Amino acid sequence: MFPSAENVYSGPDAAGFFGAYGGRFVPETVIPALEELTEAFEAALEDSEFTGELEDLRHDYIGRHTPMYRAKRLAEAVGLGAVYLKREDLCHTGAHKINNTIGQCLLAKRMGKKRVIAETGAGQHGVATATAATLMGLECAVFMGVEDIRRQSLNVYKMKLLGAEVIPVAEGTGTLADAVTAALRHWVERVDDTFYVLGSAVGPHPYPLMVREFQSVIGLEIIDQCGARGVDRLDAVVACVGGGSNAIGTFYPFVLGASVNGSGVLGRPLLVGAEAAGLGVDTDKTGASMTKGSPGVMHGFYSYLLQDDAGNPLEAYSISAGLDYPGVGPEHAHFKDEGLVRYEPVTDAEALAAFEQLTRTEGIIPAIESSHALALLPRLAAELGPDAVVVVTLSGRGDKDIDIVREAGLGVD
Amino acid sequence: MTSRLQAAFSAERASLVAYVMGGYPTREGSLAALHALADAGADVIELGIPYSDPLADGPVIREAADEARAAAGEAGFGLAETIDLAREFAEQRAAMPTGSPTPPFVLMGYLNPLMRMGLPKAAAAMREADVAGVIVPDLPPDMAGPWLAASAGIDTVFLAAPTSTPERLAKVGTMSGGFVYCVSSLGVTGERAELPPELADLVARVKASTELPVAVGFGVSTAAQAAAVAAVADGVVVGSAIVRRQRDADELRAFVAELAESVRSAR
Ligand SMILES: Cc1ncc(COP(=O)(O)O)c(C=O)c1O
Repeated sequence: MFPSAENVYSGPDAAGFFGAYGGRFVPETVIPALEELTEAFEAALEDSEFTGELEDLRHDYIGRHTPMYRAKRLAEAVGLGAVYLKREDLCHTGAHKINNTIGQCLLAKRMGKKRVIAETGAGQHGVATATAATLMGLECAVFMGVEDIRRQSLNVYKMKLLGAEVIPVAEGTGTLADAVTAALRHWVERVDDTFYVLGSAVGPHPYPLMVREFQSVIGLEIIDQCGARGVDRLDAVVACVGGGSNAIGTFYPFVLGASVNGSGVLGRPLLVGAEAAGLGVDTDKTGASMTKGSPGVMHGFYSYLLQDDAGNPLEAYSISAGLDYPGVGPEHAHFKDEGLVRYEPVTDAEALAAFEQLTRTEGIIPAIESSHALALLPRLAAELGPDAVVVVTLSGRGDKDIDIVREAGLGVD
Repeated sequence: MTSRLQAAFSAERASLVAYVMGGYPTREGSLAALHALADAGADVIELGIPYSDPLADGPVIREAADEARAAAGEAGFGLAETIDLAREFAEQRAAMPTGSPTPPFVLMGYLNPLMRMGLPKAAAAMREADVAGVIVPDLPPDMAGPWLAASAGIDTVFLAAPTSTPERLAKVGTMSGGFVYCVSSLGVTGERAELPPELADLVARVKASTELPVAVGFGVSTAAQAAAVAAVADGVVVGSAIVRRQRDADELRAFVAELAESVRSAR
């Protein structure tokens, strides 16, 4: 069904390219910092003191391993043989984002930095960065679009409680892409003393690689947990894709050719990413950069991008603040072109329906981002049949989204 | 071989590189601004390409870009329109009496519009419009292979930064064409009250890494600052302070003349 990964997959190369995608398209001012970061990151991974401390924090602070829960009522409702939920929603601070911020802040501390900055859309990455920064005694500033500040006020408040400065970004649409630009601009000014904690598998090299490394714990645990409970067959693995951090963490070990207890039994399941279609890929209110975009450069990397004829990045739209980004991580672009992962658009309405379905069948309130992944389950049931076994990464919990779903009319009499 | 751009610099005195935004406040307005710059004594003209996400620019240039795009309506004002503006300017200067100065042009814009048009096609259009060089702030030398392969005859000016290591300065110095653009201080374009005290040191380091002239930009906003920079560098780039006056051709001409005068008499 899909080509063999061994034959086609490698990445990134020394310049940070995954196939044609990736690279380092940023002003000269920050290039030396990226070079320094690449070296520090590689050295840290070789250092058992760093990896040991990271492992302890994952276990004792984030709360890993996160459970892999067999959702029987959901499976029945969508018509699949088994659905396992990888519960990143049970991570400290409520989403997978903390896997990455703990890793990056630990690295920042190791590099002797005193101050970190971050961008945030849904606020999950901002809260996760503020949390990790507090834990490590680092000063923290978070850039956030004014529209997202409005949509995600609870997370804004949490960041402030944690001692972070929240810097409103009024430019553009006041959403995630504008926050990334503002954070990059600020980094150019303060690159001498500031570490930029990027929140997804995007940005200039080495960020996509680094984020993949810190998030791959998700996919590796899925494989272990399948082994531990005797799941020897997986038909599909699903995750939502904004910038693509939870998805890359979920997929990467499978792209390499996952095995259970070294026996190779899981093989290479169908890997499916759910991207935000917004109001639909045929409208101009969409965030589906792989379905509707074309290759281009933004925020320091080359990947699929929603852009106009003159090459200006377009505004992305999604009901979920974490998915309305006009680009996607470069490794996903490469996976798409090589046919290693399939990406499908999911509309706001489909995501809301999936949100409601999980809430009502399993008593788990998912993030709207994660609901995009859940929305693929009925489609997969139709394609793979009623015995199929599917794992879904539940990237985060829905507390932050309660106002949005209430506004959308769910659960309101 | 000395390129047309490189020839706009001399050993005796520093040169003024003056930046205006294409299409701002309107296409006609920006064409008038280009003539004002040439008449007022700019040695090199840097023409900005309006872009929606200008990562290396401060508020004045960002807002001018937004306004240029909005003023052009649905079709927008981007790379193709900016190249066309440069072409029309070159034609108009060529038709003027001999002795009217026509400074070489450098386009300043971001990578994605070039990629969107197609690198070979963009380069061909620039050659046809008599564009001497380009500055692409999000294209560091390491990533520039495909563009350099497509753009023979056009100088690509790379940026040197205060953070650049000796290895990187060497790379920038050897890969640049026309001149090297030395970024005065950390941060984005925009006017600054003061230039960093270590600027002379930085310029000396950059000069040691290249055979090309070295022009300093980012933050230069007054005639006095321009003179101070001209005392240590081969060129002075003024952007935001000019763009802020771009709406008013008379004010613009007077300001650029003042800058040109102070740059010339600095040493
Ligand atoms: C819960 C949750 N899931 C997913 C995402 C999307 O990000 P990514 O694609 O990097 O996992 C976000 C982003 O804010 C999020 O908060």
